[in-house]
Amino acid sequence: MIIDRVLLAHGSGGRLSAELIETVFVAAFGNPALDRMDDSAVLDLAAFAPWASKGSPGASQGESDTSLITPNPRLAITTDSHVVKPLFFEGGDIGRLAVCGTVNDLAMAGARPLYLAAGFILEEGLPIATLMQVVASMKEAAAEAGVSVVAGDTKVVERGGADGLFITTTGVGLVPPGVDVSGSNARPGDAVLLSGSIGDHGIAVLSRREGLEFRVPVASDVAPLNHLVDTMLRVCPGIRALRDPTRGGLATTLNEIATRSGVAIRIEEALIPVHATVQAACEMLGYDPLYVANEGKLVAVAPAEEAARLLEAMRQTRYGEGARQIGTVLSEPTGKVLMKTAIGGTRVVQTLMGEMLPRIC
Amino acid sequence: MFTNMKYLSEFRDSGLTARLVERIHRRPSIPVNLMEVCGTHTVAMFRHGIRQLLPRHVSMVSGPGCPVCVTANRDVDWAIAVARQPEVVLATFGDMLKVPGSSSSLQQARAEGCQVRVVYSTLDALRIAQSHPKKKVVFFGIGFETTAPTVACSMLEAEQSDLRNYYVFSVHKVMPPPMRALVESGEVRIDGFLCPGHVSAIIGSEPYRFLARDHGVPCVVSGFEPVDILQSIDMLLAMRAEGKAEVEIQYRRVVRPEGNPLAVEQMYRVLEPCDAEWRGLGTIPGSGLQIRKEYARFDARLAFQIDPGPTREHPGCRCGEVLRGVIAPPSCPLFGRICTPENPVGPCMVSGEGTCSSWYSFGGAE
Repeated sequence: MIIDRVLLAHGSGGRLSAELIETVFVAAFGNPALDRMDDSAVLDLAAFAPWASKGSPGASQGESDTSLITPNPRLAITTDSHVVKPLFFEGGDIGRLAVCGTVNDLAMAGARPLYLAAGFILEEGLPIATLMQVVASMKEAAAEAGVSVVAGDTKVVERGGADGLFITTTGVGLVPPGVDVSGSNARPGDAVLLSGSIGDHGIAVLSRREGLEFRVPVASDVAPLNHLVDTMLRVCPGIRALRDPTRGGLATTLNEIATRSGVAIRIEEALIPVHATVQAACEMLGYDPLYVANEGKLVAVAPAEEAARLLEAMRQTRYGEGARQIGTVLSEPTGKVLMKTAIGGTRVVQTLMGEMLPRIC
Repeated sequence: MFTNMKYLSEFRDSGLTARLVERIHRRPSIPVNLMEVCGTHTVAMFRHGIRQLLPRHVSMVSGPGCPVCVTANRDVDWAIAVARQPEVVLATFGDMLKVPGSSSSLQQARAEGCQVRVVYSTLDALRIAQSHPKKKVVFFGIGFETTAPTVACSMLEAEQSDLRNYYVFSVHKVMPPPMRALVESGEVRIDGFLCPGHVSAIIGSEPYRFLARDHGVPCVVSGFEPVDILQSIDMLLAMRAEGKAEVEIQYRRVVRPEGNPLAVEQMYRVLEPCDAEWRGLGTIPGSGLQIRKEYARFDARLAFQIDPGPTREHPGCRCGEVLRGVIAPPSCPLFGRICTPENPVGPCMVSGEGTCSSWYSFGGAE
């Protein structure tokens, strides 16, 4: 009998579970660490030994110390759960999102993403073909990002317990020596850069979910940004902050940076790229693109004198082609984000409060 | 049509807006109070930073054109009470969820297990009724003439398909009566009205004529883009400078003087004018819409005997004065302190198009 749907029994830990793991997950992700199928993946970081500098405490002159307890190298770890509905949308799916979201969180800390662990909560009745499609997408995204999925878990819940499929990814990476990127590092005078158009992901998902059709469809921008960040850090090691404006959009991200760094940020509406379809969809629904989620864009705060060079490097790199400077950091009003509107007025840009609701009339 | 995209860029063109601003500044500097009635206009003006571009002698005052904000406390209480009936599914626009009633809100009721569903339109509500024949679906009918025709149609649709479990709790209101009430009260001097663009798309420009003719207040039906709003303000200033009081349409691409007679016909086929209570303005005769006798079977007020209990207003809340244009939100002692979008005391802070919410979200740049 061919089992083409997830059954409760797949979650029991017995033969069916093992078969599911072999045929779906290992078949897609297979790598030496994962193939051993131990309870934890044990990873050899010898390749990063040079990152443990001679200056680490406890090591005498000339000795290198590969212990992870020393300040160099620094471990970055992050986790994210993905519950997006629908599972598939223009430009991506929950699998791609699960990989890229976590890869990007590591990249925004200046870390090189290395390994992911993925937990799956499957709803009874989910077609296995659907699961395989999602996993294939994860494999493709992981390959593009250059990360391996080395550990995983599967649970099955009763019909109705999960919207088809939930994925949690935990990622680890290492931060190269000399990199210090943080939302609290912005300083007055710095340039604020944006890697491309905003609002694509949120509108793409909403369109699919609500059955809205546009003549020029919007595709999600979901993408792994670690190679772009790599290039950026090489060209400008002094980058102060990196953030990807996901839930809450560009507005929320800029507010977070302004608050954490104790500065103000001033941006110009005319400089912020928004696709015509995203603009139209937002107008129709009463949404503001500044608050719509992105999954393949980043905001960078860098010293003003580095901005031009950084932008040039970004524009030559995949996912950075549309990079622009959109504003500057000021010393006050502290914690606020101001925007010069397209017609020359000024407004405050608040953090997203509550949910965005479509207009009534 | 793809060419519609151009309306956004053309009506936001900064060259055009700069010229309009210049024109406005060249008008005689007589102090004027212009009232924008519609919440969407309030938001648009903030969003594009229009207020700072105007000369100091032109004051913009926000009016009561936010259907969420003017829903009476008593009506919110009623909706919460009906949602508490076990066989009821209350279908509502999202904005009404957080509006505080006398002691609770729909959001709270939902958290307590009541069936409250957010819908984008009455079509969703009809679908819920169709797929849940054992439930009684009550649609919380708020909105002005822009929305009321679609709600009327939903009852016609329900009649056609012999749907037996669909009801409407109508607290719909119509626009011109409160404008008359404001002008007649004389509480705030109003030198001109920016009239709501989408309501006017339905009712046309004639319903505002009495304001110009009987009260000498010029009116301009305005669109929502920066060019629309600035042009409309300029048109009002022009009329004032010439001592003229008329009703003009700036939003020509959408509004005709006769409006949309078909929509109006549908609306009045199912609904009829009645007195209505407006939060902050009290009862205004002929300002509401109730369901006609012929469609009584859809009237939630008749189908459910609900006593929501005594109505209570929060003592410090000054939403009423904000809605009448008497004060601006920062003058309310609760504004930004106790009353915020996360913890709203009054509806003006809850609605995305509420005056207080707009000031909170966009203001502070001056």
